[in-house]
Amino acid sequence: MKDKTGLVVALVLFACLIVVPPLLPTFYTGLVTLILIFAIFAMSLDILQGYTGLASLGHAAFLGTAAYVVAILNVKVFKGPHFTVELIAGILSAAFVAAIFGLFVLRSRQTYFLMILLASSMMLWGIAFKWRSLTGGDDGLPGIARPNLSAIHLNLANTTHFYYFVLLFFLIAIILMYLVVRSSFGHTLMGIRESETRMQALGYNIWLQKYLAFIVSSVFAGLAGVLLVYYNGFVSPSELHLVLSAEALIMVILGGSGTLFGPAIGAAIITLIKNFVSGYTEHWMIILGAIYIATVVLAPQGVYRLIKQLMRK
Amino acid sequence: MTFFITQAINGIVFGMLLFLLAAGMTLILGTMRIVNLAHGSFYLLGGYIGYSVAQYTQSFTLACLAAVAIAVLGIITYKTLFEKKFARETVAQVLITFGMLLIISDVCRWIWGGNPLAIPKPELLSGTLHLGDIVFPVYRLAVIVIGVLILAFLWWFQEKTKYGAIVRAGVDDEEMTQGIGINISLVKTLIFSLGALLAGFAGVIGGPFVGLSVGLDIEILLLAMVVVIIGGMGSLKGALVGALLIGLVDSFGKSLLPEISLFTIFAAMVIVLAIRPGGLFGVK
Repeated sequence: MKDKTGLVVALVLFACLIVVPPLLPTFYTGLVTLILIFAIFAMSLDILQGYTGLASLGHAAFLGTAAYVVAILNVKVFKGPHFTVELIAGILSAAFVAAIFGLFVLRSRQTYFLMILLASSMMLWGIAFKWRSLTGGDDGLPGIARPNLSAIHLNLANTTHFYYFVLLFFLIAIILMYLVVRSSFGHTLMGIRESETRMQALGYNIWLQKYLAFIVSSVFAGLAGVLLVYYNGFVSPSELHLVLSAEALIMVILGGSGTLFGPAIGAAIITLIKNFVSGYTEHWMIILGAIYIATVVLAPQGVYRLIKQLMRK
Repeated sequence: MTFFITQAINGIVFGMLLFLLAAGMTLILGTMRIVNLAHGSFYLLGGYIGYSVAQYTQSFTLACLAAVAIAVLGIITYKTLFEKKFARETVAQVLITFGMLLIISDVCRWIWGGNPLAIPKPELLSGTLHLGDIVFPVYRLAVIVIGVLILAFLWWFQEKTKYGAIVRAGVDDEEMTQGIGINISLVKTLIFSLGALLAGFAGVIGGPFVGLSVGLDIEILLLAMVVVIIGGMGSLKGALVGALLIGLVDSFGKSLLPEISLFTIFAAMVIVLAIRPGGLFGVK
């Protein structure tokens, strides 16, 4: 019975997402596209943060690497969009960074893990910032063209076409991530979150499971990076910055850590606030900072769980 | 050779500055396991307040008192947010302190504008020192002296006083320390405000040669964090060795390999972690 309500809600939401472009002005279609991209990003972090218990402030490393790889291929190598190659290269590069980082960050725990991953991800930011000849430095790389997929009649330069294209990837990602957290692998991760020593006693290789979680999470963050770079047509070092990593974390906590769908709600809230508040005041960072603090103090369990409680009453 | 010596002294000067930051950070981490992402913001805010005090009073010594304001901010932060409620929740701590980072950063830009500022050097220390071919500003050498004095004080505090013994005991085993009837809460407040004080002070004395600019908060935070990672949480000795190492790597890296200067720091961190996962002088 409970599962059925969940399914109904999911279908209603999906229906709403489908009718966004015909009902809302182009500006809002673009905004919802951005929300979907950040939702993928936030959910990918939830696999680490919520399910495995690995609090991370370095998640932008995966999104940013994928974004830069796509941008460099697009602007410097192919001199134009080459979708399949760029998608695969972007996602693989994110997984590659995770595979390297995982080797040394996963030897530590909690605060130490968090700090080492933070420093490592900012190292990538430093490279993007300083290596002008390849990355364009802090000016970034502009002029990234969206692909025209004439084989399936999608010209992504068109906002509506691009919206449905992102929605498709959002659905694929959400289903795959749902299957991951529901699988026995997902339950192993939750076991690690609750008690590492107990899982070790049961014969699990904790390091390996965490390593795999790290890579799986990075793959989806990489997908978000590929979509984001097409959305913006532009990449800059801020895609690798601590500020973006922290934004992903607040999306997860605000939405509800360990609920998978919650972080998507968190992504929507944060993206909307950033968009509207920055239109009203120059000092939106103060408001955003206050939201960080207020979330932790007032709603640490997350919006998703609050909604669920309300629906049960 | 001149190049080498100049860069080495530059590295040691910057290392001393990083030591002031990392010492507070590592003690806070060691005793309370609090990751304070606003530590670099304390540095920057201290520097900006010091700048205004120096503008108003024309006195560098009074500017240094800006650090006291930061210490008060530290006490308020600790008492309201970390003492009871989020004492053990890493994620809550990093989100709260990151929120503070955003707020302080925007407030600084609001009050002091987006252009880089520098605190004028005290007149007494504004000369240069000539040693053969090497020309060196006296001020930077003074920073080394100040750093050594603070280092000596911290060492005395931690090794020779009762409070220091409590701090060391707290780093090793907090429950046991409380178990033998020690009021660790007061010591924690003291450590947190000391960390903030040192960060604010570093901001003022760094003001004349590092400058004050938007984004410096995160840059400084990152370097201090790498120092703590390399040195090991809770170890003052580690903070000193790590700070000098990173100061030197940063100084030589920036002049020899400017394109990948942050990468050289990171490489130093990874090499240390590969050999000693808990840092050079970490507890575990």
